[in-house]
Amino acid sequence: MTDSLLTVDGLEVEYPGRGFRAQPFRAVKGVSFDIKPGETVGLVGESGSGKTTIGRAILGLAPVSAGTVTFKGEGISHPTKQRRRELTRDIQVVYQDPYSSLNPSLTIGDSLTEPMIVRKTPKREAQARVRELLDMVRLPSDAADRMPREFSGGQRQRVAIARALALDPTLIICDEPVSALDLSTQARVLELFLEIQERTGVAYLFISHDLAVVREMSHRVAVLLHGELVEWGDGDTVTSQPEHPYTQRLLLASPVPDPIAQEQRRADRLRLKQLHADQSLQAGAA
Amino acid sequence: MSTPTTTATPATGIPRRGLLRRLLGHPLGGVSMIVLAVIVVVGVIAPWIAPHDPTETSLSMIFAEPGGEYLLGGDSAGRDIWSRLLIATAFSLAGGLLVMAVASLVGVTAGLVAGYYGGFVDAVGAWFTALTMSLPSIIVLIAARAVIGPSMWWTMAIFGLFISPVYYRVVYTSVRGVRNELYVDAARTSGLGDGRIIGRHVLLAVRAPVILLMSGVIAAGIGMQAGFDFLGLGDPTIPTWGQMLNEGFYNITRSSTLVMWPALALGITTVALTLLGTALRDELEGTSERRRSRKAPAWSLDEEVPAVVDHGGEDGAQPLLEVRDLAVAYQAGDGYSTVVKGGRLTVRRGETHGLIGESGSGKTQTAFSVLGLLPKGGKVMAGSIVFDGQELTGLTDAQMNRLRGTRIAYVPQEPMSNLDPSFTVGHQLTEPLVKAAGLSRTEAKERALALLDRVGIPDPQRAFGSYPHQLSGGMAQRVLIAGAVASHPDLLIADEPTTALDVTVQAEVLDLLRDLQDELGMAILIVTHNFGVVADICDRVSVMQQGVMVETGATGDVFDDPRHPYTRALFEAIPKGAPRVPLAGVTSAGMLGTGTLK
Repeated sequence: MTDSLLTVDGLEVEYPGRGFRAQPFRAVKGVSFDIKPGETVGLVGESGSGKTTIGRAILGLAPVSAGTVTFKGEGISHPTKQRRRELTRDIQVVYQDPYSSLNPSLTIGDSLTEPMIVRKTPKREAQARVRELLDMVRLPSDAADRMPREFSGGQRQRVAIARALALDPTLIICDEPVSALDLSTQARVLELFLEIQERTGVAYLFISHDLAVVREMSHRVAVLLHGELVEWGDGDTVTSQPEHPYTQRLLLASPVPDPIAQEQRRADRLRLKQLHADQSLQAGAA
Repeated sequence: MSTPTTTATPATGIPRRGLLRRLLGHPLGGVSMIVLAVIVVVGVIAPWIAPHDPTETSLSMIFAEPGGEYLLGGDSAGRDIWSRLLIATAFSLAGGLLVMAVASLVGVTAGLVAGYYGGFVDAVGAWFTALTMSLPSIIVLIAARAVIGPSMWWTMAIFGLFISPVYYRVVYTSVRGVRNELYVDAARTSGLGDGRIIGRHVLLAVRAPVILLMSGVIAAGIGMQAGFDFLGLGDPTIPTWGQMLNEGFYNITRSSTLVMWPALALGITTVALTLLGTALRDELEGTSERRRSRKAPAWSLDEEVPAVVDHGGEDGAQPLLEVRDLAVAYQAGDGYSTVVKGGRLTVRRGETHGLIGESGSGKTQTAFSVLGLLPKGGKVMAGSIVFDGQELTGLTDAQMNRLRGTRIAYVPQEPMSNLDPSFTVGHQLTEPLVKAAGLSRTEAKERALALLDRVGIPDPQRAFGSYPHQLSGGMAQRVLIAGAVASHPDLLIADEPTTALDVTVQAEVLDLLRDLQDELGMAILIVTHNFGVVADICDRVSVMQQGVMVETGATGDVFDDPRHPYTRALFEAIPKGAPRVPLAGVTSAGMLGTGTLK
């Protein structure tokens, strides 16, 4: 058995409440999972499930109130400022919105060299690396001199992926990286993610609300509901024969692009709903 | 920035050069820039071109007529007005620049720090801003003069400090906005320190508003200096426009032109600075519309619209909505950008019609054309929209208003932004019932409660009294659907009604739409990019690509046999649901708690 690259154990994230003596808001409640080197772990949940917060906690951008995050055997849940900056070499991120994740007034090349500035990479070397990165994400090399506004959403997301790859990280947190993209663009970007993983052996934490996308991308899948992990296991099993009622509901609620199969799925969903309603009615009567 | 590897310089240089060129092209900007350039050059070379010493007095030249040895004549002390005016230009400009420098240095720095870190600096900044706003600056300047004496430089510096909140507030607001941008987060995860992030990302974002304020603050500084000197509080050894105004004002009965020259200089400079500010705002914020010619250019569709792949299967009955050869265009510069070409759509009574396409396909534009609600600048250029036998293109707003909300209803994509946050749900539901349908308040309330109950809101009474922010996204969408079906419309147009919702909520909203349709028999035109939604709810579907309708037919037919290459490509892009092969070495036993937790 391989050692885990990242282990999250009993993670809790609490945001201070707003106003005087307000209760703190617990966004993540005791979540545990791990990621092996070169693996993709899918994190599925609806809005408010805490999936993005978990990603931010791993990056050191969210207040961890309990539990541990271990990366390559080192606890990183409360890193010093200095240490957190060093960790960025290993852990990178691709955000959902390709429009606000690139500074509109910097050229693509500038955005890409940004991580290298900190490492004091010589200019010539940095430029060569930028060309290499653009090639890796299938963008023309003259893209470096152009501004983000000249690119479509899908192309910008490629730039964001290239930036994440700049320092050869071992883990990339992908926070809904294709949700803002059109269907055909989405397919190509997902392909790119897979291809890069094959080439570089990087591990992904793939955060998404879309069960179908997560299924295609992930080796293992974790399902979140209101900050709690409700199901965790092999990707195929979790996304096709889930055990937890919430995952079942989530699966049946995602419409399949096939009228006949969807009719079946809808009937299943309504039956499950009726079943739950009856159960809670009986529980109430008892 | 000190790092040798930085390549930020061209990025900051390029847009600024572009701005200068654009400014010169702007009619106001060009003229004011030339005027200001002349004034600055005059100010700089004044000591060399001034024919006389501005403080040199000559008894014989007191109130001398213009045109003699003194070009513009002499003043009450027999000094050369022309020379004084030239030298005063230099001092006035320097004073204005000093105000700007102090104000921007203090205001921008404090704004950056307070906006980025918040906390203590933020509190101090807010307090100082409030203080300077409530104190009249002229009083403070007079008090300061009493302490430090008549020094123009000190006076201007203090005034700069007093006007710095102008910068502070603008910078503070921009920084607050930028701080939450993803690219700042991305920079942080790239390992950049706070100093670098501020220098690289935040400063760039505040650049435009800071430049925008510049000319106004200089003008304010020059104005304040003139006022201060006019009151006789300035440094008497330095010739300034204010002093000359003061001098001219006292002697206005003896020589009326004395007051004119400094007034002209002051006026021209201030007006040029103000106009430059306006031009800057036009160019930086893109509010300029001068390129749009007043007369609308001619529109024509210069390309052949390919025929739509039609799977047929329509009965001969009169459709409820029939869109034929629709073209929608937006005026762009001297031409048009045509976003819908040859839009075709047939919706029959009681059917659900899906309009599917990617962003930029024109699906929303087509739906908005039917509603008569195209965004500003958009126009239906050609084609016909026939709703229940009535032609909709060419109807006046008033005629469209009678149709909208009664016979044609609309459910938007973003439920939250389509409810007014300052009114209760009940108010927003009953208002149209009272105004349009003519119900009494009590009837309307009863009706609204029944509707809320019908759309599956658990506690209608409570929802009726709540404000939009107290509802979840799914609940808000139910409220909007309730409002839309209140008048029993014949056609409901839903623009991506579930895109902003979670999948479990989406399923429920689709169920609701289906049930309401069965009950009310209305037709639904649903705009979406999700094939799953189409498969779930639509009887018929039309596929759009870049403004052109490419394929239409019964949902089953199109899904079974997509004929147009674009439709096929779309179907291929759908995640197939093929799972990944588990990673070697990662077995279920090796996992941290397999299966269901808890």
